[in-house]
Amino acid sequence: MSTEGSGDRDNDKAARIRRLLETTGSTVGETVRPFNEGRYRRYEEMQETEAYRTAAREIKADAIERLPELLEQVEEVVTENGGTVYVADDAADARHYIRGVLEEENAESVVKGKSMTTEEIKLNDDLKSTGVDVWETDLAEFVLQIAEDEPSHIASPAVHKSREEIASLFNNHFDLEDPLHTAEELTAFAREQLTDHILGADVGITGANFVTADTGTLALVTNEGNARKSLTVPDTHIAVAGVEKIVPSITDLSPFFNLIGPAGAGQDITAYLSLLTPPLDEPVVHFDRPNEEAFDGSSDKRSFHLVLVDNGRFEMRNDEELRETLYCIRCGACANSCANFQQVGGHAFGGETYSGGIATGWEAGVHGADSVAEFNDLCTGCSRCVEACPVNIDIPWINTVVRDRLNHGADPSAFDHLVSGLMPDDESTGLDRSKRLFGNFETLATLGSLTAPLSNHVVNFDPARTVLERVAGIDSRRDLPRFRRETLVDWFDAREPARIEDPIREAILYPDIYTNYVHVERGKAAVRVLEALRVRVRVPEVSSSGRAPLSQGMIETTREHAESVSTELEGHLEASRDVVVIEPSDLAMFRGEYERFLSADAFEQLSEHSYELFEYIFGLLESDTGTGIETLAGPSEECAMGAPASPDLAYHSHCQQRTLDLEAYTIAVLERLGYDVITSDVECCGMAGSFGYKSEFYELSMAVGENLKEQFIADETTDRTVVASGTSCLEQLDSLLERSSTHPIQVIDPGS
Amino acid sequence: MMPAAVETFERSLENLPVTFERVKSGAFQSAVESCIDPPAVGVPLPFDEVSLEESPVTLDPTSEDILEARTGVTPGGPSIAEYGTIVVTSAFDGSGYTSLFPKTHVVVVAASEIVETIDDALKILVEEIDDGLTSAYLTTGPSATADMGAPVYGAHGPESLHVIILGDC
Ligand code: SF4
Repeated sequence: MSTEGSGDRDNDKAARIRRLLETTGSTVGETVRPFNEGRYRRYEEMQETEAYRTAAREIKADAIERLPELLEQVEEVVTENGGTVYVADDAADARHYIRGVLEEENAESVVKGKSMTTEEIKLNDDLKSTGVDVWETDLAEFVLQIAEDEPSHIASPAVHKSREEIASLFNNHFDLEDPLHTAEELTAFAREQLTDHILGADVGITGANFVTADTGTLALVTNEGNARKSLTVPDTHIAVAGVEKIVPSITDLSPFFNLIGPAGAGQDITAYLSLLTPPLDEPVVHFDRPNEEAFDGSSDKRSFHLVLVDNGRFEMRNDEELRETLYCIRCGACANSCANFQQVGGHAFGGETYSGGIATGWEAGVHGADSVAEFNDLCTGCSRCVEACPVNIDIPWINTVVRDRLNHGADPSAFDHLVSGLMPDDESTGLDRSKRLFGNFETLATLGSLTAPLSNHVVNFDPARTVLERVAGIDSRRDLPRFRRETLVDWFDAREPARIEDPIREAILYPDIYTNYVHVERGKAAVRVLEALRVRVRVPEVSSSGRAPLSQGMIETTREHAESVSTELEGHLEASRDVVVIEPSDLAMFRGEYERFLSADAFEQLSEHSYELFEYIFGLLESDTGTGIETLAGPSEECAMGAPASPDLAYHSHCQQRTLDLEAYTIAVLERLGYDVITSDVECCGMAGSFGYKSEFYELSMAVGENLKEQFIADETTDRTVVASGTSCLEQLDSLLERSSTHPIQVIDPGS
Repeated sequence: MMPAAVETFERSLENLPVTFERVKSGAFQSAVESCIDPPAVGVPLPFDEVSLEESPVTLDPTSEDILEARTGVTPGGPSIAEYGTIVVTSAFDGSGYTSLFPKTHVVVVAASEIVETIDDALKILVEEIDDGLTSAYLTTGPSATADMGAPVYGAHGPESLHVIILGDC
């Protein structure tokens, strides 16, 4: 049975992740976290950030739409300028052409600027096999070349190398008598080495960040100046770029120039933004003839070749779901903002060439889905990269789609009798067992609740945990949710209806699976708080949102959930009832992913009338008719749970809640009630739904959580009551901290 | 009074690891001399009022001079106030090399050519490119890298950048 095979793979994966966590992981985090913080700073500081992002996306969308026409325009204008354009169908075709140019030029040595596309087509190995001397001149790439290592980040390829490591690498490799120590010494040494290579090179090969169709101009975004040297010193320049790098005109570059430095490394702007329209007029300087006048005007002819690589890109363009990947400008912000990437880097969170969140799209497009299978699960869908991305790509969605395709591509003969009887989904039968289990969490919860408390004893019983770990990959170090016999809906139906005279609103409290079956007290608290604020509340039976199957890449199952939720809530929405949602990841579905599953009208109805719980409470407190605040529990009062350990709070917002810009409401309501709140600023707690339950990710999940833990055991927070908005976050906090944590609604719950 | 763009430009330069000064053309000679670390190579300046003819700068360097020079002096095109960016445009004059190889780059810009945004600069450059300009380097601060474990200036290009703003040009 293939489940064994996938078990082995999971073990390998787990071992690799563990090794990276223990070795280079901390260097990656120390390097990319400041990039991410700088991005926040600069995005905040620039007044036009959103305008630039919108413009950048529009330009890319238009360029990809018109790609065939723009490609022709580039071919014409570059040829007219005196260069040659070659459109390579695939990697082999590109390599073959470049080899031909080198042969024609009798080139023995090549210097290169950083180019992920040449990594994609595996150019260096090919050139070396023909006896050409190839030198990477970007300092990070140079380090990797010496170390015979692979890039770990698409924009800053050596984020996993610390200064100490580079120093010992250089000292050993070059057998240096006076060992190098400081970054200055290392830089000066590398510069000297590389200057010699550049001065002696026959051909320069660079990438291009953009190619403009109006003038045939290449835009190169760099900090070091190596690409400038590599393409002006030799008289032959080959630029290699994916076809998606074409934009209509030079003036289109401005939003990208404003965004790329901040997005990539939190720099206001990069040191060099070079606009080159080759062949260049810059004189060819003969450094081998030292006494010759450098700029004598006897213009040696320069030759220029632009190799535009397709290698799957036109197919991506025709693929509705992968197409957006082509908008990517490879800034690396999605990697920098990713909590999992920060722990392991691109050697785990990456495929053959590309790494970070968007790697899934690139790898699936250029190398095929198989290259993605190994790392795709590292995207937890937390969505923190979406607002980081300068072109606003829905990166989590691309990850979901590819996951879905991998599920369907899974071996259908591997029919899984163990789980299939229980799971009501229509997904491909070869689907990984743990994915099916988590994807059908609603069924489990229903069963669990019907048989509680017995079910809790059984599943938390040691031998049962061992079996769960073996067959479904659920880590036995995690506590499993304890299902409650009386669900929130049961409780609500059975209770004496509250009498709300003259209600100001009518609302449905959405009984998400966790609140309904597991954290029922939280739901009760929400009902009481809303009623205290004179809202007439109903808690009907409604299907689960589909977040669980979505996170496992089960798109069809998710669609069914979305349709059920929409149908079940339709009547309420028509009766002008608001939908109040406790679980941020479910609200994110209603406001985000549902757009892909529902009709435009149905989506608009639901997304516009659903609110996150504290967003809703904030609105009630702000409205003219808003009264009842005095009935809620403030810091000096007992709430339904009894007095909190401390009236001061340490609050962790939920990742998707932050992406929806909803964090502020919880803080505002708590502060209005008189609480003192300190907020965490980590991107993600590390739990991310089912992610942290999976054995192969347990250590990674805990390592991500470590940052949050540190913030909540610091001097200024260690005595505070911990509150968090997401179920997963609360579970993670419970395993990270010695003190318990709770949902903020329970802190302000006045009780019955 | 100076136009707002010049002041914004100077404020941006203050936040960068560069040095700068604003001079009238009469004071140019001594300004440029004081920031040259010899030997220096240079590119003739396109401004009517000032020139490098009288300065200790080699204007028709040999290949070796380029590699040996500690300072390179070039003119700058449209500067960008918002970022403190200077633009080196290069053709047969060798500004590209002169601004990149020596350790110190001294760039001379006209206050009247300072524009507010990248967008403004691109609009000017696109016309020049249409007219045949093949290289334009939008340059903000010295060459930099963080690849060796800490930020370092002078990666492959200059380690320091000095901007002379000609106030009356
Ligand atoms: S997907 Fe967006 S954030 Fe990620 S590298 Fe591409 S442009 Fe940057």
